[in-house]
Amino acid sequence: MSVATPPIDLHAAQVRKFKLQDMFFHQVTLLFAFIVLAALAGILISLAIEAMPAFRQFGLSFLWTNVWNVPEDQFGALSAIYGTVVTSIIALVIAVPISFGIALFLTETCPAWMRRPLGTAIELLAGVPSIIYGIWGLFVFAPLFSKYVQPYLQTAVGDTPIISGWFAGAPIGIGILTAGIVLSLMVIPFVASVMRDVFETVPPQLKESAYGVGCTTWEVVTHIVLPYTRVGVIGGIMLGLGRALGETMAVTFVIGNANRIVGSLFAPGTSIASTLANEFGEADPGLHISSLFALGLVLFVITFIVLAISQWLIKRGIAKQGI
Amino acid sequence: MNLYTRRILTNRIGIALSMVAMAFGLAALMWILWTLFYNGFSALSWDFFTQDTPAPGTEGGGLRNAIVGSLMIIGVTTLVSTPIGILAGIYLAEFGATSKFAATTRFVTDIMLSAPSIVVGLFVYALMVATLGGFSGWAGSVALSLIAIPVVVRTTENMLLLVPTALREAAFAVGAPRWQVSLKVTLRAVKAGVVTGILLAIARVMGETAPLLFTALNNQFFSTDMSQPMGNLPVVIFQFAMSPYDNWVSLAWGGALLIALLVLGINIIARVLFRNKSSA
Amino acid sequence: MSAPHTIADSDAILSVRDLNFYYGDFRGLTNVSLDIAKSKVTAFIGPSGCGKSTLLRTFNRMYDLYPGQRAEGQILFHGKNLLDKKQDVNLVRAKIGMVFQKPTPFPMTIYENIAFGVRLYEKMSTSAMNERVEWALRKAAMWDEAKDKLQQSGLSLSGGQQQRLCIARTIAVKPEIVLLDEPTSALDPISTAKIEELINELKHDYTIAIVTHNMQQAARISDFTAFMYLGELIEFDKTDSLFVKPTKKQTEDYITGRFG
Repeated sequence: MSVATPPIDLHAAQVRKFKLQDMFFHQVTLLFAFIVLAALAGILISLAIEAMPAFRQFGLSFLWTNVWNVPEDQFGALSAIYGTVVTSIIALVIAVPISFGIALFLTETCPAWMRRPLGTAIELLAGVPSIIYGIWGLFVFAPLFSKYVQPYLQTAVGDTPIISGWFAGAPIGIGILTAGIVLSLMVIPFVASVMRDVFETVPPQLKESAYGVGCTTWEVVTHIVLPYTRVGVIGGIMLGLGRALGETMAVTFVIGNANRIVGSLFAPGTSIASTLANEFGEADPGLHISSLFALGLVLFVITFIVLAISQWLIKRGIAKQGI
Repeated sequence: MNLYTRRILTNRIGIALSMVAMAFGLAALMWILWTLFYNGFSALSWDFFTQDTPAPGTEGGGLRNAIVGSLMIIGVTTLVSTPIGILAGIYLAEFGATSKFAATTRFVTDIMLSAPSIVVGLFVYALMVATLGGFSGWAGSVALSLIAIPVVVRTTENMLLLVPTALREAAFAVGAPRWQVSLKVTLRAVKAGVVTGILLAIARVMGETAPLLFTALNNQFFSTDMSQPMGNLPVVIFQFAMSPYDNWVSLAWGGALLIALLVLGINIIARVLFRNKSSA
Repeated sequence: MSAPHTIADSDAILSVRDLNFYYGDFRGLTNVSLDIAKSKVTAFIGPSGCGKSTLLRTFNRMYDLYPGQRAEGQILFHGKNLLDKKQDVNLVRAKIGMVFQKPTPFPMTIYENIAFGVRLYEKMSTSAMNERVEWALRKAAMWDEAKDKLQQSGLSLSGGQQQRLCIARTIAVKPEIVLLDEPTSALDPISTAKIEELINELKHDYTIAIVTHNMQQAARISDFTAFMYLGELIEFDKTDSLFVKPTKKQTEDYITGRFG
């Protein structure tokens, strides 16, 4: 029995329908992909428009003026930028070596059966909402820090010039340093995950040849793995920086919210994000709210640049996979 | 000390330090979780789920209005961000191999994954709150959607790229049009992965506080009207934790514990789901 | 280089003429010309990378999915050139089905796996569809194994069963030609034997083109065999003649196992 096959043109109508549907499908998915781009453009444009009055009033010197006086409508971003940058630097100084240690442990020394659960635990740490870090920092960490750590730090540095200034003032627990430490806990999982991923791109033959000439694990990591993954590692650190700069809740709880610059890291300060969180809801329309938008714009532009560099580096770092 | 012993010693110290770092990370996770249970568990009573947030200075109270508000805001966020994220992800995976537009979108999506969430709140404030006459649950959902969408887009794309070429080709080989290949075959083949992405997105927005501060705001009373300011867990935790009232602080701990359990639970479910399905 | 390889005593259903294929700048096929005989089995053999799969994938325009791949020349099917830009590829694929190296059941039930393709081009009642599914599964010698689990996932079947499901799925849309791209290379010997038996059955109703790296398989099941090497068609003849008395040195070297 032979199979009756309809002549080819019978399907023509169906084929035309499919063509239209496919075209429609392409356009619809394109439209939705466009939403992501439009959101980015929308954020930049809307922040720029809303920030206009502030920049018109204060000019670019808004960026380096150290004043934040609501009653007199005088605003400058310096104290917030200072707090943002300093807390982020503290966070990275703590987070980078620890993240490196975690990534090293997970890729080189950890027994195989523990790799997955421990890696998952670190990823879970990344999933903990920042408000939890904030409330923990305020109620648990800060009191302990002021009681047990800050006085000893002060005694330890004694009268050493410069450094003693960093740890001057009343040990009240909350302040720039505490915010930096809580932030570091937040960014460790992100930096550690990227480092682990790029460490895993090192070709095994390369490591094996180094072990083959008698290198120790530490030597393999410092002489082979790190140089090989340098680009990706820096990308991971930049990702941590981007996260730290823009983090709101973990900082707002513990930074003390004082719009001033004091040399001491023990002193309360503020960051861009925490200023926004504290003041925006009650800000009066006019210069105050516009200045807050200007802060937001500054934050977004800085983090965008940092994150763009980090994505570029991470991608290059991962793409190197295999020689 | 000769060279050899020094090298061995350096190695031992290095490895020991890496273990210390790992222990530090685990200890931080344990410490935070323990604190949450210690302070929050006692607050999780029947009242916690059935009473609304108390007025300043009054005793007792619960978080019913905030819990319901959060669920509604996140529910709408999920409904909005799932189709948008999946379709955008399909675009990147199916049509995005060569186009410049797709490369840009991919890049921007990756940045939006880590962009400061408070700025998203500012944007939605300017877009909806200032123009449409006030804070609302809808605005909160839009802000959270902007954070959730990139997560869904990237997981969907990554999952679709894992589909074996032969399966895609086989679907084309029966004469199926592209949209059916995408929606009925490849997307279905990675269903578990895409669901994982959606769950991770929900977990991500569940604890987001900053974008809600100037969008959904807060509401002391029980309300299911999305066009009005809406109570929600993160903002209530923020306000109550910073307050001078003991019962408020206690409720904040309870809320924090609830959120942490939900977020970690969803994370774990997502991982288990993905592992089971992808090993099949 | 090679002259058209026509088949005197059979009707040609596909006529390939001066086909060149490019992966970007790399030429994957060079001036291939041959006829595929109707209701016969044509096998393509040759060492890995010789272009046999590439050639098969031009017959249903599968390469269209990948930017940078293109074919030049003619493949005539019912008097029309399949390579014509205006030719709709979905239509080509509905008429020229394909089965792949690894089984590729769709992520749906066994029943839906078969109904999916049928529904694309035919509207029919549930009972007609049930009949069609049964017909296709019987044709693929799968009915007895599958009839009690039509509503189970296609992925629940064994590898050999999955591959026969894929064949059932392909013939369910009633194509004229079935392309098989190394259909047994991922299967055990027993499943392989079942598929070969099936091919023998199917050739009464369908034209079959099969790529295989297994020469014994080509000898067992095909009527015509094409030997390809480095993107060129070296020799094309009736299977009996080609294996018994190859005319080209390269063919002889390959089938006697001196290379490849």
